[in-house]
Amino acid sequence: MNLHDLTIHQAQELLASDAVTSVSLTEALLARIAAVDTDLHAYLHVASEQALAQAQEADERRARGACGALLGIPLAIKDVICTRGLETTAGSRILAGFRPVYDATVIAKLREAGAIILGKTNTDEFAMGSSTENSGYDTTRNPWDRDRVPGGSSGGSAAAVAASMCLGALGSDTGGSIRQPAAYCGVVGLKPTYGRVSRYGLIAFASSLDQIGPIVKDVTDAALLLQAIVGHDPQDATSVEMPAPNYAAALGQGVAGMRLGVPREYMVDGMAAGVRQAVEAALDVWRELGADIVQVSMPHAEYALPAYYLIAPAEASANLARFDGVRYGYSHPDTDDIWDAFRRTRAVGFGDEVKRRIMLGTYALSAGYYDAYYLKAQKVRTLIKRDYDEALQQCDALIAPTTPNIAFRIGELIDDPLQMYLEDIFTLALNLAGVCGISIPCGLSEGMPVGLQVQGRAFDEATILRVAYAYEQATDWHMLRPQV
Amino acid sequence: MEYEAIIGMEVHAQVLTRSKMFCGCSADYASAPANTHTCPVCLALPGVLPVINRAAVEATVLTGLALSCTIPPFTKFDRKNYTYPDLPKGYQISQYDYPLCVGGHLDVQVAGESRRIGIRRVHLEEDTAKLTHTPDGSLIDFNRAGVPLMEIVTEADIRSADEAHAYLTELRTILRYLGVSSGDMERGAMRCEANVSLRPRGARAFGTKVEIKNLNSFRSVRNAIVYEIDRQSGLLASGGAVEQVTMGWDEERQCTVFQRSKEYAEDYRYFPEPDLPPIEMTPVEVQTIRERLPELPHDKAQRYEREFGIKSADVALLVAEHPTALFYEQAVAARPALAQAIANWMLGEVFRYLSEGERTTAELPISPAMLAELVALVDDGTINNTVGKQVLNEMMTSGEAAASIVERRGLAQISDTVALEQIITSVVAQHPGPVAQYREGESKVLGFLIGQAMRATQGKANVQIVRDLLLQALDDSQR
Repeated sequence: MNLHDLTIHQAQELLASDAVTSVSLTEALLARIAAVDTDLHAYLHVASEQALAQAQEADERRARGACGALLGIPLAIKDVICTRGLETTAGSRILAGFRPVYDATVIAKLREAGAIILGKTNTDEFAMGSSTENSGYDTTRNPWDRDRVPGGSSGGSAAAVAASMCLGALGSDTGGSIRQPAAYCGVVGLKPTYGRVSRYGLIAFASSLDQIGPIVKDVTDAALLLQAIVGHDPQDATSVEMPAPNYAAALGQGVAGMRLGVPREYMVDGMAAGVRQAVEAALDVWRELGADIVQVSMPHAEYALPAYYLIAPAEASANLARFDGVRYGYSHPDTDDIWDAFRRTRAVGFGDEVKRRIMLGTYALSAGYYDAYYLKAQKVRTLIKRDYDEALQQCDALIAPTTPNIAFRIGELIDDPLQMYLEDIFTLALNLAGVCGISIPCGLSEGMPVGLQVQGRAFDEATILRVAYAYEQATDWHMLRPQV
Repeated sequence: MEYEAIIGMEVHAQVLTRSKMFCGCSADYASAPANTHTCPVCLALPGVLPVINRAAVEATVLTGLALSCTIPPFTKFDRKNYTYPDLPKGYQISQYDYPLCVGGHLDVQVAGESRRIGIRRVHLEEDTAKLTHTPDGSLIDFNRAGVPLMEIVTEADIRSADEAHAYLTELRTILRYLGVSSGDMERGAMRCEANVSLRPRGARAFGTKVEIKNLNSFRSVRNAIVYEIDRQSGLLASGGAVEQVTMGWDEERQCTVFQRSKEYAEDYRYFPEPDLPPIEMTPVEVQTIRERLPELPHDKAQRYEREFGIKSADVALLVAEHPTALFYEQAVAARPALAQAIANWMLGEVFRYLSEGERTTAELPISPAMLAELVALVDDGTINNTVGKQVLNEMMTSGEAAASIVERRGLAQISDTVALEQIITSVVAQHPGPVAQYREGESKVLGFLIGQAMRATQGKANVQIVRDLLLQALDDSQR
């Protein structure tokens, strides 16, 4: 087995037994990146030198007796997460050349744990998109089929994990941006409960929905990486003061006697036959493991998409106001006055999708429209939360497809934003409700991975990990790797 | 037709907290070199998040309580969206529909009458950066960005420039009493906007209001309102109409100038700040803050009149500044019987000392008890009034106690009639001319003769005794 193919927990065993060093592991991954990323474009910036220096330090820490699940483990970071001194662009031209002066809280935690940061991965600009086609720099290719998208917006992280260009990665999920690319690339992606992981240092898209989470090769790794980044952060007033359980310890408890709900509204007519079959087969697996599969209803599910596309752009329209070319990033060189400078910097610096959402959000918040759009959407959000509350009172977790289809072709939906938005139809209600979900591989359709979600109660990541792990132990889908 | 002015005021006051509203940077920006009190949060770098400064919330609630406001149990922050180079996030974190404090009032004295000004709301927000315009371009200092700012909005209850002035003065006194703001308008720590409209006296409906900005001093507030009332009545009298506009006060030309009209009013697109959970103020928390309320100037004034029997004209001056009032009270505590005498010394000699050196009460080199002791020495006749002033002067220079100065310099008043009789005798002997004049009925030379006797004792003689003895001597020799 190649070093780059290892999972985090496999690599950790080798590191702990001194069978490999972090330096050799890091070198293997940098070599892998050099070999395959010229085609895949998963990374925007690779920090080879710093990564090797960190690996050296991790090896020294280990020699001094340190240990830990992430000590010496090379990871990739979605480019919306600030890394001190390492270029962070959020996939936008407007942040070209921006080097943060501080680390996001999750990055500080990873550094403390001794993880290695290989580089920054591609994303749709400011995480707005489902394919990485909205990146201001590059479109990442799906490692299973280079003509297809890896999903988005955390497509770079998902592709990097799927193509073994890192042992694990961080993504961010506002409406499905971790789970959807994980599904498209055949890897595991977890969106934690809102407030579980600090957002400090995550370049905001929609503040009430954004959450950082792991994209990894299997459920065990998801537990390990999640454990490293959770916790209250005094710098994030929306992060909760609630102790996190030991996620890895909860994995093996099985699903016998558990009630797993399948929302009727998420098994829709429009979904691909291959996806439906894979999800139904998965339900049989859990049944055989002793779980009780029941149908539940999420009556407001169909309103999630319109509500999301009012709330998220509204917040984004304010969040993106700070990018004016004065303090950092791109600044238009040829301007008459400050107002002209603002206009031109933003006209050139932002891509079409970002502008579209700023306009949507600005409109939704405007005098005379606020009640009809933003306020109404917030009311719908409350109803969707209630749907989740009621469904999760009856069940321990919910099972749903992650996406209605397999990864689409590059360019296929680029001129049809609405159709592209529909790819998130199964994921974004979860963000509105603020609960947690994990996408795991559950089969292939047309040779492409299919993902399914396990969704759980607020702050009950342990249960969705346990349900996912039981399935993973009973199947081999997570072992499939694309031929790169 | 006679018009009545309807005025509402919006006051922004910087809140005196150690750190800024949403980050840990020092809020003491004024003396710091430009852009040194900054961090990723107040510079609005990508990815940062605000955290509420609890001290600023409590200071605002304290202010609301002092203004008799209700503190609702639920309050939240909102984003106020607008683009300006001094606003690094492109939105200001403010409070829109659920302010910290609502529905209070402030009583002010205008021309001997008490007027109640309704307080619509007090809310908390953050200050912007400071722009400096130079011929080579504009400079931004982010030290001020994120400094906590409270906004105090009145009802349209003010009826004249004098009332507006009285309201502002009283409000600033309260802010200073509470220690929540310096209230310094000249330094921009307190800023004011006035909404002015006119209506025919007796009418119910409001006229069209004009907002006046750029009021940088108490005087400009008064002048601008007077000017604007004049301008609007001129317009109305000549059959014209007032337009709903924003005007700026031009200090140099002493007039209001057009800034923008209503059509260009900005749509701030307020929405709840998703980065900050709402605040719930429990009755217990509000009570804890209420217990920190000091005795307010209005209450102090009433108490001084009631307990100390101080003249009401004096009382207003004593309570205008909190440290002065506290100094006075401590002095009175040392000599409770001398409340009015101490007040006289405070308002006379102590105030003169302060104003001559542009000093504050905190800078006084003497303690309240020391002042009380001095006043007692005058009161019990140990020294006379003139010597008392000299002694106080010396106390202010050296910090030495009054009794010690009197003792060391032998300033104790000479009330010993035997010693004084000798002096009088010699004064009478040395000034036969004036003595003769007096005897011819020119009684005003008595003052001259008293002065001579005082001079002979270096001013230490008890004037009353000197006068009595002198009269006696003149009478005796006449006989």
